[in-house]
Formats: sequence, C-alpha cells, structure tokens
Amino acid sequence: MSDSDLTATINVTRPITAGRMLPMTDTSALTGAETTEPTEHPVVFDVDDLSVYYGSHLAVRNVDMQIRQHEITAFIGPSGCGKTTALRCFNRMNDLIEIARVEGKVRYHGVDLYDPKVNPVEVRRRIGMVFQKPNPFPKSIYDNVAYGPRIAGQKKGLDDVVEQSLRRAAIWDEVKDRLKSSALGLSGGQQQRLCIARAVACNPEVILMDEPCSALDPIATTRIEDLMKELASDYTIVIVTHNMQQAARVSDRTAFFVTEVNETSDNRTGLLVEFDYTDKMFSNPSDERTENYITGRFG
Amino acid sequence: MALTTPLKVAQTTTRDRVHKELTGTSRDWSGLAFKYGLLGAVLFALLILVVLIGSQIALGGSVLTTRFGDFITGTLQSIPGTSGIHQGLRGTFWIGVFTVTFAFPLGIAAAIYLEEYAPRSRLTNFIDINIRNLAGVPSIVYGILGFTIFVEALGGTTGGRSVIAAGLTLAVLVLPIVIITAAEAIRAVPDGLREGGYGVGANRWEVVRTQVLPYAAPGILTGTVLSLARALGEAAPLILVGAVTNRLGSNPAVLDVSSLQERFTAMPMVISSWAGMPQEGFRKDTAAAIIVLLVIVLIANAAAVLLRNKFEKKR
Repeated sequence: MSDSDLTATINVTRPITAGRMLPMTDTSALTGAETTEPTEHPVVFDVDDLSVYYGSHLAVRNVDMQIRQHEITAFIGPSGCGKTTALRCFNRMNDLIEIARVEGKVRYHGVDLYDPKVNPVEVRRRIGMVFQKPNPFPKSIYDNVAYGPRIAGQKKGLDDVVEQSLRRAAIWDEVKDRLKSSALGLSGGQQQRLCIARAVACNPEVILMDEPCSALDPIATTRIEDLMKELASDYTIVIVTHNMQQAARVSDRTAFFVTEVNETSDNRTGLLVEFDYTDKMFSNPSDERTENYITGRFG
Repeated sequence: MALTTPLKVAQTTTRDRVHKELTGTSRDWSGLAFKYGLLGAVLFALLILVVLIGSQIALGGSVLTTRFGDFITGTLQSIPGTSGIHQGLRGTFWIGVFTVTFAFPLGIAAAIYLEEYAPRSRLTNFIDINIRNLAGVPSIVYGILGFTIFVEALGGTTGGRSVIAAGLTLAVLVLPIVIITAAEAIRAVPDGLREGGYGVGANRWEVVRTQVLPYAAPGILTGTVLSLARALGEAAPLILVGAVTNRLGSNPAVLDVSSLQERFTAMPMVISSWAGMPQEGFRKDTAAAIIVLLVIVLIANAAAVLLRNKFEKKR
C-alpha cells in the first residue's frame, strides 16, 4: 500500500478530516491527530495486531483498528474473511468456541479484554450483541427484553426498562398489546428488532451486530438500518455485513477484509486490508483489492 | 390473419404435447410398493402388540373383573385363585421411587456436566463411549453388581436383600440411559439460545438454568420416564438381589417406610414365578398381573407425554 500518496490526496479533498484517516501501519499518526482534532470521537476499541486461531488454523491475522464512540463501523469482505471472527473478539464471544485462541490486544477504553483478570460476563453486559439469525428466547416478548436486567439482578422498574428498550428498538407499537405472548410468534424482522431491544435493555455502551439483516427481507432490512442510525447517537455500533450497499448506507467507517489462501495447506486466513471513512472507501479506495471488491470484480 | 392462424396451430399442438407429457406418465410402482412395505412394517408391529395384550386380557380379564380388590390387596399364595399382588405392587412402587430419586438427578446432572461444562478432550470422549457401553450391558450383570455392593457391602444400611438394594441396583442400571437421553436432549438445544444468553451477560450457570434446561426439559423427561419403565419391568437383577419368588410372609402397606429393609418382591418377579407354577389356575393370575404391570407402565408413559406437551407449550 502506498498510504502516503493517498493521505496527501485526502488532505486536499477533505480538509476537515485531515489526519483522521487511519493508516493501519502507523497508529502513532492517529494518536497525534487526536490531540489536535477536538471533533474526533474518543476511541472505544483499540485493536492491536489481533490474530485468531481455531486450533492450528489461523482464521484472521494482524488486525489493527480503532473503533470510535457513537460511530457505526462496518466490517465487509467476502465469505470466510474472518470479519465475524474479529467481531466476536470484541465481547469475548470466541470464548465459547473451545478451540479458539486469540493473540494480540483488544483494548476497551484502554483495558485489555483478554487480560486473565477480566470477567467475560462483565464484558458482555457492556458490549451487547445481535446475531445473524434472530434468536429470541422461547419466552414472552416481555421476558425476552427483561432477561438481561434480571440476570444483572434488577427487580424493580422492569416495566419501564422493557418499554423504553422496545421503543428504542422501534417495535413498541407493534407489540405493546401482546407483551405476554411468545416472541416466537413475531415475524423475522420483528424478532431481530426484539433482539436489538434485548441488547439495549442491558444498557450497553457498544452493540455488536453480526450480519443482522442477512435473514430479513428488504423492508425489514430498511427498518433495521434506520434503527441503527438512530441508535448510533447513544451507542457505538460495529456491524458485520456481506452487503456493501448496507455498509455504504449506514456506516461512518468501513473495514475491508480479504481472504488469503495458503497455497500449500489450502487454509484460508482473513486479513484486514483497508480501514477508512466509508465515503472515502467507496469513492476512492487506497487498496486495489478494495476497489476490485466494491466494483464487483470479485467476492 | 395469415400470421395468427399458424400461431394458433402451434399453440394447440404445444398444449397437446405438454398435456400428454404431464399426464401420460405411468404410475410410480416401485414408490408405491415401498410405501405399502413401510405401512406393512408398522402394522406388523402393531399386530404383535394387539395379539399380546388381547391374549392377556382374554386370559386374565376375568380375574380383574371378578375379584379386583382381592387381587390388588391380597398376598402371594401357593394356591391359584386366592393369590394377590399387593407385595409385588409395593416392591415395584419403591423401585420406581428409588429410580426417580437417585438415577434422575444424578443422570441429568452428569449429562449437563458432559454437555455444558466438560472440555472436549480425549478423556471426555472416552467417558462418553463408556457410558454408551454401560447402557448396553446386560441387566443380569447389574444384578451381580447390585448383589456385591448393595446387598453385601452395604448390607448394614440397605438391610441386605431388601427393596432398598433392589431400588438402588435398578437406579444404577438405568443411570447410563438417563445420562445418554438427557445429553442428547441438551445437545439438541440450538446454539443461538446459548449465544443469546451469553450475549446479554449471563454466566454459564444462568444460561444452563434459564435457557438450556427449559428447552431440553421435554426431551429429558421423555428419556427419563422411558428409563423408569425399563426399571419397573426388569426381573433378572431382582433375582440376584434376592427378591422373593414364592411366599412372602409380611404384607406391609405400600407407604410403610419402616419395612423397607425387609425381604421383598416386585411385579416382574411375581409374574415370572407365577408363570412357572404347575397349576392351570395360575395362567389366569399371571395374565392379570401382566395387565396390571402394563397399565402401570402405560400410566407412567402417559404422564410423560402430558408433561412433555406442557413443557413444549411453554417454550
């Protein structure tokens, strides 16, 4: 990559964002820019040389990026490029896969999430997750949303939490008359918004979304996208999507992953090739592979 | 006009051709043969069951209609026509109680550990395979085990050849079956539920308690009740732990706990000993006892089905 040339170009075309571009190879430039740029949101996640192994298989390697508060960051890339794997490191969901091993650092407000003293349960209360397939619990709509607060020990004021969360997830009007009926009776799009409400009810700072619209029709997708933009004012959102248009529509920054195939072992390893402002990435990508992908030449 | 006529002709011929192709196909004979073959297999199984139950009812039904109370409350006698099965019912009841109180909690707990907590390693695989093998061990072997441990070694507590020893032996016998069926039910819980639970900050125990167990409950229940039916029907281990086959002096009430350490018998033993009696009259009594045991097992299974439906509605 020839970052220096491109940075220069950007400085001309986008004077306000000068120095805000994130050259992956050089993070010191960014920290320097932060002090001189008061409009820049604070960093929530600082990912430093993250690699994830499944057994002996390297699934994704050398990820460096910074996720900023109240922004929507999108991970895009072809299947098997490790974007979901990378996302699941942000709330230690990879702990559930026994053979997964994480190298490098994921710092959350400066705290290394993989420090042995860190309690993953506390991490997941602050960093919520919405999954690819809507996975409401086989309980009532009310109990689904109240699940997180109840687990955290809250007993009073649950009605308010449930109503607020459902309102935030833009599904209150559709379900307010049937809070006690099963969540499984909802449509796919409603179920996914319920899952967002369930995550919101825990009052997290960050919401991770793993292809939240891949099982939904276009209308439901639009609703979720609008919702994401709304939620970004209060939460930090990281979304994995295989839909480039979606990334272009909703995100502030985009990370583009590719798959490397090892010729000898046929193992596939994901690699972050570019991380930048979304509009910059889609109009003037600095890496040839990004350009090929977004113009539809592969993937 | 010159154009439309040939088009119309073409349309009709296409329609005729397609119609012929779509409707003219001969019937799928091999498919039909397969279907009726399968139906035959089902009917054959049902037929055996009906013949079995029917013959028993024809033979022993009169015993139950003419002297039902006597038969249920009476004691084992060497004369047919006056014998009763009360002592057998009592033994079977307590065997059921011991199975439910020991095998169920232990088996379900072991299954939860194996599926949710144990790391996937060679050791866990080894344990898994061995539990499966244990489920296939002939029941007479468990009888020997029960005799050595519960009758002899722990005789001070169990009272030796008692219903306690028998209950514990059968609890051990069905334990692997309980573990396997419960583990299968837990394995069938979708991972999405676990992830959803962990995703909002639940710990492992909370996920197991609030997500995994409620979802797996119907499956666990079905498996455990089937294993209970197995325990109630076993005769071979009872011979080894010393169930009485002919005459048993005392006849305590079913719920009389004080006599748990005394000699005992159970329904399968009553049936097998009566079936071996030379007197013709015992044929009827044996059939009647079989009907009673079948009804007990049927009630247990029906309860399982009802409870399962209730749990499934909740999930």
